[in-house]
Amino acid sequence: MKKLSLIALLLLVIRRDLLLAMRRRADVLTTLIFFVMVVSLFPLGVGPELDMLRKMAPGVVWVAALLASMLSLARLFAADYADGTLEQMMLAPQSLSVLVLGKMVAHWMVSGLPLVLMAPVLGLQFDMAPQALGILMFGLLLGTPVLSMLGAVGAALTLGLRGGGVLVSLLVLPLCIPVLIFGTGAVEAVNSGLSPNANLALMGAIVTMALVFTPWVTAQALRISME
Amino acid sequence: MAINWFKYSAPTNFYSLAGKLIPWFAAAALLLFAAGMYVGFVVAPTDAVQGEAYRIMFIHVPASILSMFVYLIMAGYAALGLIFKTRLSAMMASALAPTGALFAFISLWTGALWGKPMWGAWWVWDARLTSELILLFLYLGFIALHASIDDPRRADRAAALLAIVGSVNVPIIYFSVKWWNTLHQGSTIKFSGTSMHVAMQQALLLMLLACWCYAIAVALARVRSIILEREGATQWVGELSEVRS
Amino acid sequence: MLEVSNLACSRGDHPLFTDLSFALEAGELLQVQGENGKGKTSLLRTLCGFMQPVAGEIRWRGENIEELDEDYYAELLYLGHHNAIKDELNALENLQISAGLAGIALSEKEAVAALRRMGLKGREHLPVKVLSQGQRRRAALARMLVSDAPLWVLDEPLTALDVGAVGLIQELLGEHLARDGMVIFTTHQPLVVEGVELRRLVLS
Repeated sequence: MKKLSLIALLLLVIRRDLLLAMRRRADVLTTLIFFVMVVSLFPLGVGPELDMLRKMAPGVVWVAALLASMLSLARLFAADYADGTLEQMMLAPQSLSVLVLGKMVAHWMVSGLPLVLMAPVLGLQFDMAPQALGILMFGLLLGTPVLSMLGAVGAALTLGLRGGGVLVSLLVLPLCIPVLIFGTGAVEAVNSGLSPNANLALMGAIVTMALVFTPWVTAQALRISME
Repeated sequence: MAINWFKYSAPTNFYSLAGKLIPWFAAAALLLFAAGMYVGFVVAPTDAVQGEAYRIMFIHVPASILSMFVYLIMAGYAALGLIFKTRLSAMMASALAPTGALFAFISLWTGALWGKPMWGAWWVWDARLTSELILLFLYLGFIALHASIDDPRRADRAAALLAIVGSVNVPIIYFSVKWWNTLHQGSTIKFSGTSMHVAMQQALLLMLLACWCYAIAVALARVRSIILEREGATQWVGELSEVRS
Repeated sequence: MLEVSNLACSRGDHPLFTDLSFALEAGELLQVQGENGKGKTSLLRTLCGFMQPVAGEIRWRGENIEELDEDYYAELLYLGHHNAIKDELNALENLQISAGLAGIALSEKEAVAALRRMGLKGREHLPVKVLSQGQRRRAALARMLVSDAPLWVLDEPLTALDVGAVGLIQELLGEHLARDGMVIFTTHQPLVVEGVELRRLVLS
């Protein structure tokens, strides 16, 4: 019998979570449909004037992405917690942070990436310029992993609690505000003829910081919640 | 003579120490409030630009400052509790949270009251007000998480971790909001002229000290009830005169 | 090998047991006994590091398990109340993944052989959700066959198993102990391993 390396373990966790998501496709689709629906409701609420819609578009798409990613957080650890797999993960002979990182990556691929790919279609509903659409997508590509990572912290802290779903949004949404600001800021910068680089660079810094700290924090939170 | 600091990290000893300290801080808070009110309303002159309305600053500014500091202190206690597993630190953290949330709320409320005469609107998306609102959300998250976990040990540790994550985020949130605000040319509270009148400064300082004393007194009182609640089954609590009677 | 000294555990603020000491050496079988609510599961979970002891310490090969961390987990196999298997996956995928989480790369052939020995021949590729409770438990217990950990911590391993499977588990435990393994377990059913003296630890 062969021993698994750290990278092999990371890939195993990602592959496992993707496989599970494939066998439960409906869950993935509901998040995406929720995202599309929330965004499409805005023109109905504020009226169809294209000028206003263009101005609102980045904010609306980003807020909807934020809400949609909150929706899928409950699934991140809950099933593994209920059937005992999480206990086995904690007993893995490698750092729990690595396994957590694997779960974050898989969660992003299943719930964040579809939002990024869907965003241009929604942007067209709001008559966004092609250039602005590109930056919106790029911002989402950078920002949605942060939502998955911060969300994982919240999901780990609220593991197995009554009303955990609502509570996790309460904990995580305030922490996501910088991502929202820089994501929409980048698009607005392009719209007003400025460079979006500053916003995107700051977003990049946040991604890096999240990548360094959140897996460890989430692992600690899981250990606290397992007691 | 060396002082044994760890003596007071045991709830038993701290309970009686807190009981002795509370009256002093409460009295100091009352006196300082009275003095601050007197200087603020009677001694300090009317502002040239803002008229009488500026006087709300004497409660608004201390409340804002306290709300931020209390969060940091709370996160500090939470970290201590997580690292050294001292139960008292975790109790202090949860005792401070409601006070901090209250100050954040007062700061928002008085900010709105100040905003109406200044900007003609109850709420403007001023950078400081917005950060204060987010801070209030962070406090509420802490309190909500602590309240929804039944096991007190897990509640302490989970909420502590959240407070630490929050405190790392607070500067990031603050600067991102500030930046967002300048991009959108929002309004900020600015003072007329470069120097405040000396009496205004004195009033502000008195009120700030009063708020500190109040916060300490209330937090100590709250931590005493938390100790009683948690240690209710132990012998020393049963022997307390206030419990027996 | 495994030494527990002056251990105290509590659930929430409710104390379960205090001042518990015992040691487990290679080839020993230890049953934890006690009425419901005396902390049997809590003791096993503390041994696995899920719960922090209120007082005392647990040493493995002379070092505290909190410091050993992952090095300790590499030598530990835990089977809890939950099966830790996924309904959506088949028995083969489940076994390969759980072996992977334990750090072992298991080939399909090895996994199939283990499942066959557990009496799941012909069911390797069925989704676990169509299996019966007993068969699921067998799929979960197949991990014992592929584990090379010396310390086994088993919480009620015999629930939902029929007589044949109980016999098989007893056989597996015998093999493990003969390899100088260690087993600490709880059960409400009689469990006998041929040729090995059963030690008892009573929580009261």
